[in-house]
Amino acid sequence: MFAYLVKRLFQAAAVMFVISLISFAIQDNLGDPLRELVGQSVSEETRDELRDELGLNDPFLVQYGRFLGNAVRGDLGTSYFFKEPALTVILKKLPATLELVAGATIIIIGLSIPLGVYTAIKPNSIMSRLIMGISIVGISVPVFLTAIGMIFLFSVELRWLPSFGRGDTVDVIGYWSTNFLTLDGWQHILLPSVALASIMLPLFIRLIRSEMMETLQSEYVRYAYAKGIAPRRIWFVHALKNTLLPVITVGGVQIGTMVAYTILTETVFQWPGMGFMFLEAVNRVDTPLIVAYLIVVGFIFVVTNTIVDLIYGLVNPTVKLSRMGA
Amino acid sequence: MNSLSDPHMEPSRLSKAWNSNMAYSFRKNPVAVVSLIIFAVIFFMTLFAPLIAPFDPYDPRSFDIMLSEIPPAWSDGGEAQFIFGTDDQGRDLWSAILYGTRISIFIGLAAVALQAVLGITMGLIAGYVGGRVDSILMRVADIQLSFSTLMVAIIFLAITQAVFGSETFNQYAIYMLVAVIGIAEWPQYARTVRATVLAEKKKEYVDAARVMGFGPLRIMVRHILPNSVSPIFVISTVQVANAIISEASLSFLGLGMPVSQPSLGSLISSGFDYIFSGSWWITTIPGVVLVVLVLVINLLGDWLRDVLNPKLYKG
Amino acid sequence: MSLLSVRDLVVKFAMRNNTVTALNKISFDLARGERIGIVGESGAGKSITGFSILNLLSKPGYIDSGSITFDGEDITQMTDPQLRDIRGNRIAMIFQDPMVTLNPVLTIGQQMVETLQAHRRLSKSDAEQIAIAKLREVYIPAPEERLAQYPHELSGGMRQRIIIAIALLLDPQLIIADEPTTALDVTIQADIMELLLELCQSNKVSLILITHDLGVVSQMTERTLVVYAGRIIEAGPTREIINDPQHPYSQGLINALPQQTPRGEKLKQIPGAMPALSAVPDGCAFNPRCSFATDTCRKTVPEVTRIDHLEVACHEVRRHHETEEVAE
Repeated sequence: MFAYLVKRLFQAAAVMFVISLISFAIQDNLGDPLRELVGQSVSEETRDELRDELGLNDPFLVQYGRFLGNAVRGDLGTSYFFKEPALTVILKKLPATLELVAGATIIIIGLSIPLGVYTAIKPNSIMSRLIMGISIVGISVPVFLTAIGMIFLFSVELRWLPSFGRGDTVDVIGYWSTNFLTLDGWQHILLPSVALASIMLPLFIRLIRSEMMETLQSEYVRYAYAKGIAPRRIWFVHALKNTLLPVITVGGVQIGTMVAYTILTETVFQWPGMGFMFLEAVNRVDTPLIVAYLIVVGFIFVVTNTIVDLIYGLVNPTVKLSRMGA
Repeated sequence: MNSLSDPHMEPSRLSKAWNSNMAYSFRKNPVAVVSLIIFAVIFFMTLFAPLIAPFDPYDPRSFDIMLSEIPPAWSDGGEAQFIFGTDDQGRDLWSAILYGTRISIFIGLAAVALQAVLGITMGLIAGYVGGRVDSILMRVADIQLSFSTLMVAIIFLAITQAVFGSETFNQYAIYMLVAVIGIAEWPQYARTVRATVLAEKKKEYVDAARVMGFGPLRIMVRHILPNSVSPIFVISTVQVANAIISEASLSFLGLGMPVSQPSLGSLISSGFDYIFSGSWWITTIPGVVLVVLVLVINLLGDWLRDVLNPKLYKG
Repeated sequence: MSLLSVRDLVVKFAMRNNTVTALNKISFDLARGERIGIVGESGAGKSITGFSILNLLSKPGYIDSGSITFDGEDITQMTDPQLRDIRGNRIAMIFQDPMVTLNPVLTIGQQMVETLQAHRRLSKSDAEQIAIAKLREVYIPAPEERLAQYPHELSGGMRQRIIIAIALLLDPQLIIADEPTTALDVTIQADIMELLLELCQSNKVSLILITHDLGVVSQMTERTLVVYAGRIIEAGPTREIINDPQHPYSQGLINALPQQTPRGEKLKQIPGAMPALSAVPDGCAFNPRCSFATDTCRKTVPEVTRIDHLEVACHEVRRHHETEEVAE
């Protein structure tokens, strides 16, 4: 177990290292820090002095080392636009994004398991055909179109739900203010979460269905029937547990995709999260903020993937953790 | 010897294909038939877009700002010459959609071709060489898969756009989209091909080929690759659908095709601002075309998966 | 009254374009405490016979006609709850490959306890006590510790012992063992068979042993059914079938046994291969491989003839027998 953990952490560190290199390269090539500091009027000589002072003429490795040292201490530079530490800007936006992801995740988990299991158990029922039919339409509609469609229907035509922003939020702790404590907050988060879930949900329903159908064909399920076990227990204990193992792995990968889709959803709904912020930062060429976003998102990816791998190792008894590390 | 004069003795290739298992299951499946017909119609219409389109959507002289936001011909205030109405710049939407779909399909197919070439090569190398090369390639594939394509593409394109400025970016946008979608998704193919190689490598005929002195390249391409044809086929269909969605999403974010040369995604994006003011068609019609296009490809992919039923790499 | 009585059982498989008959009018009886063997090549329909007794045919297989009467009730007419009440409780089954029979993500304890609780009102700890006792009966060392283990932590032989223990949990009247040792290492096959025989005898359980191994049948069973291409072609006391088989196919099987062949000589194999169920020839299914085959054999399906204790379905045997009777 310990060796596996070390190995996994090492891999995570390697990925973070690559991300930091890319980030540094971006910082190095994108935008001129002097422009932000002094403006145009300063002479070339003073500029050079300033460069020396700021260490911009140091060798690459020295500069990278400094960048890395600062990054580890949480200093990712100051946003040109917000005039605030980039990390602070992101941390303020992070809760909005995480709540959106949480909302979508609840929808996905809450619906995909029962629907996936149902369509696997009763593959020929009308209900299953309907679910499968809708799900293939679901994976064919891009997230931003679902979002636009919902805004058109529920905000423009029916005027039931708001089309942008977070609405009333309640401060919880630190930078975290939540949507989940007011009715207005719930109304605002509903459409964006559904939109974010819209492409992942059918994907998971289909995945769970096909895995479940395969499991139901297995010898141990037949044996469970031969022992006189009730179908309910066979479906939800014998089959579902084996079904969810591969689903966990795929789920881990999909978390990354979901972060990408937050950029789309947040753009359509003008949700004040870090995805929306990232696109704005790109348009303003706010380099420190772009770099900070990259590092934070990379960090989220690495952490979630590591956690998913560990969960898989813990849930699946046939995977010896020592062997998984190999 | 004289097969031409006696068609009853020697069935033609065409009729053989018609009577094959695959064709049989195709004819039995109305969804697949309709999907293929719709796809073919869309494909050929966009292929001949320059002949069909009444206006040239790339030529700013052909549209008149005075004629902007005209609704489709069938609704109030519509004009017969603009079947689907005009967009915010007075561009004929029907022509723009024809050209836009053309770009979307081109990017989808080209990106998937790139994925396939990269992935198959990597998969063959990993599976055949094995050992260290294999484990490094597969680890890289794992890591790459854990970062979603869309995420990588958004970041890459956003940064190139910021570095080079939108002018230069717009000029090369189409190639950049193909490259970034193509490169990001190779692991899908690599894993499947590698799995086939590993399974086939153990079989006798591969040993036999080796004993007969055939080089590894020939063995891989002539003997092993044909066994991965059906999974590659199934993956490719789904991948084309995904690539088209990715392209549309990127263009929607302003990181893809520019408005002067719009794909379906950019058209939808340009119309989004007008949805609140009632000009629904600028977004909705390209949106419907996009969904139908992706849907029929996905339906064909589903049918192929059912018929060929290949062992796909999971996880 | 016999414990199990199978009459004219027909099992079919609905394929995409046609239906294939897997079992064709199978009939046999099993007395209480009796052990019978079902012998045949793979694909002959032995396993299907076993599964249809529990009404557990996997799709696209189904029971087309016939009856399976167990303890006075027809299994083919039972509802799902009735079937569940019998499965694992009054009829237990031992599957072929212990490596894939146990659920990999459930502990041995969970899989034993659930079986008991499916049929009896028992607390978890009471059920575990019964499980431990049964594990002891099948000579599993340190049974208490096994309950917390997962299948992959145990060897194949150990797993098959556990599956036998699970079969005995509810003191069934009948155990169906489907090639219980073919997937195991040769060195432990005999151990498992011996254990199974001992437990059947001491618990007075009936046994249906499905196997392709005539040697095993001769040690384990009192009566034997030989199946070929979905039909029973010969049935009777095991000893007589082994010593004096009547049907040419049974004779071929016996002659092919290594013990029957003097050292240094080639094994006598039956020429050809059993037909696929979708391509069973007209008449006697065995006729293309039979050296005695006549025109009658190619046209009509042979009926069962009773010769002393044996029942044989063969035109030649019947003709021979009739002429002998006339001569007497």
